[in-house]
Amino acid sequence: MFAASSSRSPLTWAVHASVIFLVVIWTLPTFGLFISSIRDKDQLAISGWWTSLTTTEQNRVIRAPGPDAQVEQNGRFVISGDVLEGGPGTVTAFGFSSREPTKYQPGDIAILRSGAELTVEEDGAFSISSAEPIEGRRGQRVFFSAETPPRFTLENYRNVLTSEGVLQSFVNSMTVAVPATIIPILIAAFAAYALAWMKFPGRALLIATVVGLLVVPLQMSLIPLLKMYNGVGAFFGVPAKTYLGIWLAHTGFGLPLAIYLLRNYIAGLPKELMESARVDGASDFDIFVKIVLPLSFPALASFAIFQFLWTWNDLLVAMVFLGNGDDQLVLTGRLRELLGSRGGNWEILTASAFVTMIVPLIVFFSLQRFLVRGLLAGSVKGG
Amino acid sequence: MVEQIVAAILTMVLGVAGCAFYFIGSNWLLDRIFPFKQGDSAVAARNQLITAAIRPWLFLGPAMIALFIYLVYPVFDSLRLSLFDRTGGEFVGLSNYIWMINDGEFRQSMFNNMLWLIFVPSLSTFFGLIIAALTDRVWWGNIAKSMIFMPMAISFIGASVIWKFIYDFRGEGDAQIGLLNAVVIFLGGSPEAWITLDFWNNFYLMVILIWIQTGFAMVILSAALRGIPEETIEAAVIDGANGVQIFFKIMIPQIWGTIAVVWTTITILVLKVFDIVLAMTNGQWNSQVLANLMFDWMFRGGGDFGRGAAIAVVIMVLVIPIMVWNIRRANAEMEGR
Repeated sequence: MFAASSSRSPLTWAVHASVIFLVVIWTLPTFGLFISSIRDKDQLAISGWWTSLTTTEQNRVIRAPGPDAQVEQNGRFVISGDVLEGGPGTVTAFGFSSREPTKYQPGDIAILRSGAELTVEEDGAFSISSAEPIEGRRGQRVFFSAETPPRFTLENYRNVLTSEGVLQSFVNSMTVAVPATIIPILIAAFAAYALAWMKFPGRALLIATVVGLLVVPLQMSLIPLLKMYNGVGAFFGVPAKTYLGIWLAHTGFGLPLAIYLLRNYIAGLPKELMESARVDGASDFDIFVKIVLPLSFPALASFAIFQFLWTWNDLLVAMVFLGNGDDQLVLTGRLRELLGSRGGNWEILTASAFVTMIVPLIVFFSLQRFLVRGLLAGSVKGG
Repeated sequence: MVEQIVAAILTMVLGVAGCAFYFIGSNWLLDRIFPFKQGDSAVAARNQLITAAIRPWLFLGPAMIALFIYLVYPVFDSLRLSLFDRTGGEFVGLSNYIWMINDGEFRQSMFNNMLWLIFVPSLSTFFGLIIAALTDRVWWGNIAKSMIFMPMAISFIGASVIWKFIYDFRGEGDAQIGLLNAVVIFLGGSPEAWITLDFWNNFYLMVILIWIQTGFAMVILSAALRGIPEETIEAAVIDGANGVQIFFKIMIPQIWGTIAVVWTTITILVLKVFDIVLAMTNGQWNSQVLANLMFDWMFRGGGDFGRGAAIAVVIMVLVIPIMVWNIRRANAEMEGR
């Protein structure tokens, strides 16, 4: 398009460099979350994800077992164990007081105040041995510094899916999103056809209403609908917060966009097609089912993707129209709850967040074409 | 869990079948009651007129009912409730609005919302435009666009977790695991608990929405840039304009309409933004916005429907100018067809 810049000038390189820079800025946050979600949770808690490929050095302290654990070996009393508690890593230094936590090299023998000998090996094995029986109530504290190699694991995912209730919420989200995507399509398609090709008084007013409703803030609907749902629930003696309720709510909220998108598309179909069918004696119903519906597939797909992403990612509607129980809490709600209760446990938050994102990301990357087409039809058309 | 899946599938099938049954059945019934394909031609002609008058309403019926119940009626009911007390039982006139004007938290939300309204649409549109222009000039532009568009698929709450992780704060001396603090320390600064910083925290929250919405702006503006007639650019090249001049003097003026559409669409979204503030600060540290405040009052202390509705009405009022503009644009478009 630009004759001046299509040659391999420094400007071209500058353009490449800036696009790379922007792409990195935009993807880095998500990438960091993903890397963190597959890191070992102890490493995640003490080092940034960008260091995840390097060995982490960490100062730690454990308390050795108390005197009850001592055994007699060759005339000496010994307490032994593993400072790493079975975890990976190598000990680089150790000590027995908080003032000099790394005074001794692995394999050295440190003389404790009680006269007992403490030694810690590189692999974490330690022993405290003494000629006299070891006394006291509590075990000796052992300070050490350990290097841990990078470790990647799916444990975080297993953990959130099983014990944090994320799997159940995943099913709940599916339960909300799939019917809430499919139900409005048919309703909207019929309405869109009527608004595009049928003649009746008040058509222009109805179209204007739909365009107006497109931007009505959801907030306006929440309180009256909450009251209505509570009223209906009390009247019929059924719970006010049900899946049926949220499907219908999502249907209502999604309809303006559905009708608008589909009407624009259907109105753009060739007029001759409808007229020749009508000459052949087809009714509007036949025309719609046999001609318009099959031809509108791209627009239907666009809307379906929008609506699916919106219902899957929605938090507000779910918080108002569904309960907080395990059987109704959707993924976004669960993530919000975890953000409150597990605020510092990043291994849980990152893995849960990625579970909530995985389905929309798959939908996004596999069906991007339809999404873009829908966006363009929804906002640029004729603009 | 299995029970729930089965119930969901069953309802879905029933729902779709019900819709299909309604549309097919009602149309069949209409054709049966007013037959026009055979018989007396005068009667047939009259019947055809009748069916043509009734059929649109059969097509529109379910959609109109749903729109009425879920959007039209609630708008009026919210208006009504905003003049009533917390349970909606007693008429209190304008006292909810008077309370609102004197409430510090509401004023803070208004102020913050104005910040959001100024910065988020402008910066998203700006970045979207720049990225659209740049990616159109590299051969791997589509991949780049795809990556920048991606946040669009992520929920606000997921995006909040992503950014909360970036803003994470550990005390001075500890290794930082939040990217922003690590960068700040690398550059010689000292770590901060970013989202607790009065006033500036608004901007850290806005970054999240800008990050999400830039992709949207980019996709639309990129299509608009490609739709610019080649001749106008060629003429400018012949006249000796350089790339920057062409961009600002030839291309931008031709896509003003689209820029306005993008800007207003994001503006509407900003007015409704709720999840991000709820997840990041829940309005603490003076970062409250209207939508979150409204949600808060809806349930606070058992729920104050009057005040909640009044705040919703304020959001609605802010949306109305854009609504009117949209309707006029749609009407002009239809007349042009």
